[in-house]
Amino acid sequence: MSAASEPVVELRNIVKRFGSVEALSGVTMTVRNGEVLGLLGDNGAGKSTLIKTLAGVHDPDEGEIIVKGEVRKPWTPAAARDAGIETVFQDRALAPQHSIVTNVFMGREITNSLGLLRVQVQIDEANRLMREIGFTSKVFNPESTVGTLSGGERQGVAIARALYNQADVIVLDEPTTALSLTETQKVFRFVEAVKSSGRTVVFIGHNIYHVWDIADRFFVIDRGKEAFEGAKSSFTGADHLIEMMHQLAETGSADTSSLLEPA
Amino acid sequence: MRTNTVNDAKTNANSGDHRTEQSRWTPFYRKNGRALNAFLALVLVWIFFAVNNPTLFLNPLFYNAFLFSVPATIFLTTSLVFVIVSGELDLAFPSVVGAAGGVFMYSVVLGVPVIPAFFLTMGFGAMIGLGIGLIVVYGRISSLVATLGLNFFILGIVNLLAQGRTISAPEAMNSFGYKLFVGKWHLFDTTLRVPNHFIWSLVWVVFCYVLFKYHRFGNRVQLVGDNTDSAREMGINIERIRVSVFVVSGVAAAITGALLVQMANMVWFPTSGKAYLLIALAALFVGGTPTWGGVGTIFGAFFGAMTVTLIPSGAVGAGFAGYWTDFIFGLVIILTMIAHRFSGARVR
Repeated sequence: MSAASEPVVELRNIVKRFGSVEALSGVTMTVRNGEVLGLLGDNGAGKSTLIKTLAGVHDPDEGEIIVKGEVRKPWTPAAARDAGIETVFQDRALAPQHSIVTNVFMGREITNSLGLLRVQVQIDEANRLMREIGFTSKVFNPESTVGTLSGGERQGVAIARALYNQADVIVLDEPTTALSLTETQKVFRFVEAVKSSGRTVVFIGHNIYHVWDIADRFFVIDRGKEAFEGAKSSFTGADHLIEMMHQLAETGSADTSSLLEPA
Repeated sequence: MRTNTVNDAKTNANSGDHRTEQSRWTPFYRKNGRALNAFLALVLVWIFFAVNNPTLFLNPLFYNAFLFSVPATIFLTTSLVFVIVSGELDLAFPSVVGAAGGVFMYSVVLGVPVIPAFFLTMGFGAMIGLGIGLIVVYGRISSLVATLGLNFFILGIVNLLAQGRTISAPEAMNSFGYKLFVGKWHLFDTTLRVPNHFIWSLVWVVFCYVLFKYHRFGNRVQLVGDNTDSAREMGINIERIRVSVFVVSGVAAAITGALLVQMANMVWFPTSGKAYLLIALAALFVGGTPTWGGVGTIFGAFFGAMTVTLIPSGAVGAGFAGYWTDFIFGLVIILTMIAHRFSGARVR
């Protein structure tokens, strides 16, 4: 495994247009190996276009995507997945009427040569993945229906699935939005577990306090461009980050000279 | 696979969880409640009829007609599970039943032996199903509307070709194939005569059950119906699954068509499938497959097919005048729907 500071995904000068609207106008973002990167930005800042670009849903009009040192082209959802980037989108990730196992192996079932599911192998593997992220409970097991799980637990299912798919980089799109405090804590525990297994997480959130608690580094996007970025240690606290984001919203730029360790 | 060890974040993610630990049986009921309800409906309907006329309902002779007529509904209903679960609807199968019967009959008349003619008919059903599926999926038409139209269209073509004639080939009743498909035999020394096509329908149910529950295909049909976006996101070929369910339905309709011809002593009517449209759909829903897609039950559909077949003859046998049939039919459908709501409410 490569050193912690090494870039695993690099977006260089990404431009994405929708007709005459430029959603991303030259974003350069680096995701470093083993970190939890908090991606922040106001509504309409280009956050979700950036995430969809990471996921391969959008192929950028200009710019390069470099994963583990290799320029990736063409950039599709399948290419992103092959490159080890797994994105967990907020609502559409899971099949609620089906079991945890079925969801974890969705599209990648373990079967014999006749296409018959190897049920016990899947259950054992799901159990292993769930243990790996500390996603265990007495009230549910791999065969429980996802629809009976809480919001935080559903994120756990999606994360376990990303792990099964051998993802190195897991992109979580607003995983704590609409979750209670306890549920948010559950998601944080899963993210911590993923991080301590050496993988990288990109965490997108509305709630700056949530992102502050979990991320090692922050990347703030505004009007389709990078506004500022910085390690957690560059800020005196969550309020400092919020202060800078307020500045950004009001004046269109943030005073990066206040950062303790300029990026 | 990575080599890193299981990390220490083993804390119960649900400390302070108020939900209670499940008993062993809770998941069993949750997962099979709808099939069990369908079975219960069948038993209750039978008991309701039987207490009115115990002598008749304990006489094996009563079931000869039942076993003879139930397979057609079983074939159609169980295959419709795939269609409904995937989130589609197929109203074109009655016309495929009729058309396939014609293909089977013409093949036999032209000298093809019964068994090859049967497989030929299955192939025809698969092709028609494929065509219907392609029109629905790539034509981006609602399957309800598309198959409603196609049902008239296909039946129309068959009627034009048949020019109102029925075709028969009574000599084929001496063939081995005929006996293999629809021959009858006495169960032990009883008066109960089991038709072979009932056995074939059981084979089909088991086949569908394995395909639906334990095969990648059935698994994906369910996932596509439950959350199409998610399934697509995870690399499942949505279009292929959606087209395939119509192929399954087409094959089952073709089998039914070829069997109906043989059951009618090798006589074909172009409209032989018409009667099954509402019967098969009613059986499907009585059988516990919900309308919203994503989940369904093959065994439930099997029990549903038995229930709807039992009602008309059972009502008469129990002493109700014939005009009670629709009333009882409707009552059973509504009551089972309510029962399904209790044991299988939708989860989101």
